[in-house]
Amino acid sequence: MAAIEGTGMNADGLRRDGFLERMKLFGLCSPAILLVLVILVIPAGWLAYVSFLGADGQFSMENYSRMISRKSYMRIFITTFEVSFMTTGICVLIGYPLAYFLSQLPARIANICMITVLLPFWTSLLVRTYAWLVLLQKKGLVNTFAIELGLWDEPIKIVHNMTGTLIGMVHIMLPFLVLPLYASMKAVNRDYMKAASNLGANPVSAFWTIFFPLSTPGLFAGMLIVFVLCLGFYVTPAVLGGGKVIMVSMKIASNIELFVNWGAASALGVVLLVLTIGALWLTSRFVRLEQIVGGGH
Amino acid sequence: MKQKLLATAVAATMAMGVSAASADSVTIASWGGSYQEAQSKALFQPASAKTGIEVKEETYGGMSDVRLQVQTGAVTLDIVASGSGSASRAGAEGLLEELDYNLIDVSTFYPTLKMKYCVGGDVFSTVYAWNTATYGENGPQSWADFWDVEKFPGKRAYRGKVSGALEPALMADGVAPEDVYKVLSSEEGIERALDKIRELKPHIDVFWSSGAQHAQLMKDGEVDMTTGWNGRFDNAKKDGAKVAYSFNQALLDYDCFAIPKGAPNKDTAMKFLAEISKAEYQANLPKYITYGPTNKAAYDYPTIDQEVAKTLPSHPDNAKLQLPVDIEWYAKWETIAAEMYQEMLTE
Repeated sequence: MAAIEGTGMNADGLRRDGFLERMKLFGLCSPAILLVLVILVIPAGWLAYVSFLGADGQFSMENYSRMISRKSYMRIFITTFEVSFMTTGICVLIGYPLAYFLSQLPARIANICMITVLLPFWTSLLVRTYAWLVLLQKKGLVNTFAIELGLWDEPIKIVHNMTGTLIGMVHIMLPFLVLPLYASMKAVNRDYMKAASNLGANPVSAFWTIFFPLSTPGLFAGMLIVFVLCLGFYVTPAVLGGGKVIMVSMKIASNIELFVNWGAASALGVVLLVLTIGALWLTSRFVRLEQIVGGGH
Repeated sequence: MKQKLLATAVAATMAMGVSAASADSVTIASWGGSYQEAQSKALFQPASAKTGIEVKEETYGGMSDVRLQVQTGAVTLDIVASGSGSASRAGAEGLLEELDYNLIDVSTFYPTLKMKYCVGGDVFSTVYAWNTATYGENGPQSWADFWDVEKFPGKRAYRGKVSGALEPALMADGVAPEDVYKVLSSEEGIERALDKIRELKPHIDVFWSSGAQHAQLMKDGEVDMTTGWNGRFDNAKKDGAKVAYSFNQALLDYDCFAIPKGAPNKDTAMKFLAEISKAEYQANLPKYITYGPTNKAAYDYPTIDQEVAKTLPSHPDNAKLQLPVDIEWYAKWETIAAEMYQEMLTE
């Protein structure tokens, strides 16, 4: 459109047509925009507003100053990010080889394998979390078998701590990484790899110079989804963390019970939202977000 | 035709009005599970049968639900079961109706088991429980023993919330039960209790968050000793768990019934509370769960099982061993103490 604009004597008409078309497109989009406004922008704005109300209902910064004066809040945010980073990292270490393996298999076998990835995805999160508790506890299956087999003598602590939390979260998050990554890997044209070999690259350098860069949009998309979902996680750390791994969502829940106003919990939500947006912005400095979420050209 | 229609409409409206007036009903929300089942069988259903007040039961998520209903002006609940501490705070916040003690007879209640906004429904204890496979029947006999990892080596579990968590620490630190709340009435006192918990923290494997959880921890043998609510341990024992507990130095606490501000059937609710507070219903509660009646007269009521009665937290012999939880302290200090407790947990 831009190319034909402003040429010859039809310029005005063309410009008007262009304007009308943009308006029509905007009109078509408006239900979606309205929906986002109603279900996202307004509640988030209300949340931010409430967070500035003190216990007496007046404007106050007490909900924010509390977060600075009480050291526990900072520690809870650090734990939240720590758990999210580590879960994302472990998911990449496990998920990348898995997705690569799946993408190289013939379609029929890959589909069967994919079901094994998706099956836990369709099982309730609570059920899976409690299943891990049963498996990992002191007299659970893992410890019992390992001691039977002589792998270790005393039951080891693999639940009610950070280890247990990470095991549970990685298990739950893995499909979120594998699915976009798999899609991205399937889209890589195999002829590129053949061309690389033809030009003398060994398999390792062909992989790193051709395949890996082409799979990164899916990888980053998966990492981003996993990371952001982790930030708001509640059930798994609450059950597998033994009360010692405290994440922001848990603190939000306890603040709702504890304080007479919603502000104490809202302020935590606002800070988490700002930090998440900050993390996305930081990511956008290094990778193109629109490419990751699929809106790019 | 038009007139006939109008007449029908009027008749229908009148009929609705009449039926609403004759069939009194209350909506009661409690915590669900074996606890609500016990309340329903011992209190709600018999009282409903006797008074003709229809009872609708629901479960709810606690006083934050009540706050939401009251603040939005959409109150659907007439009676809620609540912990004493949260009821006290909700009352102070203006979320509850003041109870009419001319109507509800509390003359035979333990005096500490009722308050302006909430009338006691059952009594429970926060006790220390131990694994009998690890320590035998003669486990720890005081909070000092609970803290003594030389005499009783093994893993502990402790509450993840401040409620009921500071008092034991102070008693373990040598404070006499009657002085506990005096000492706790300053930030230094709270810090002293927290320091005592910090001392035990390396031996605490789990900070539990629910009654079901601490019962399960004992059932699975995941820890050797834990704090918790006596009724849960009795039920775990029935299921075959190797667990025992003692009432010595335990915390005597109660659950109560309150009426949310602006409840649709407030007057009926008040009548219903008066009914279920009577000894004849309270005496049946221990048949379904080992929480004690708040009405002392229930212990003399003919239908109570005397053998079971002796094991209940509010039995006079057991009650005298325990420290009654001070609701006033919680109303004043819980928020601050909870924040300080969280600091200790996240260290």
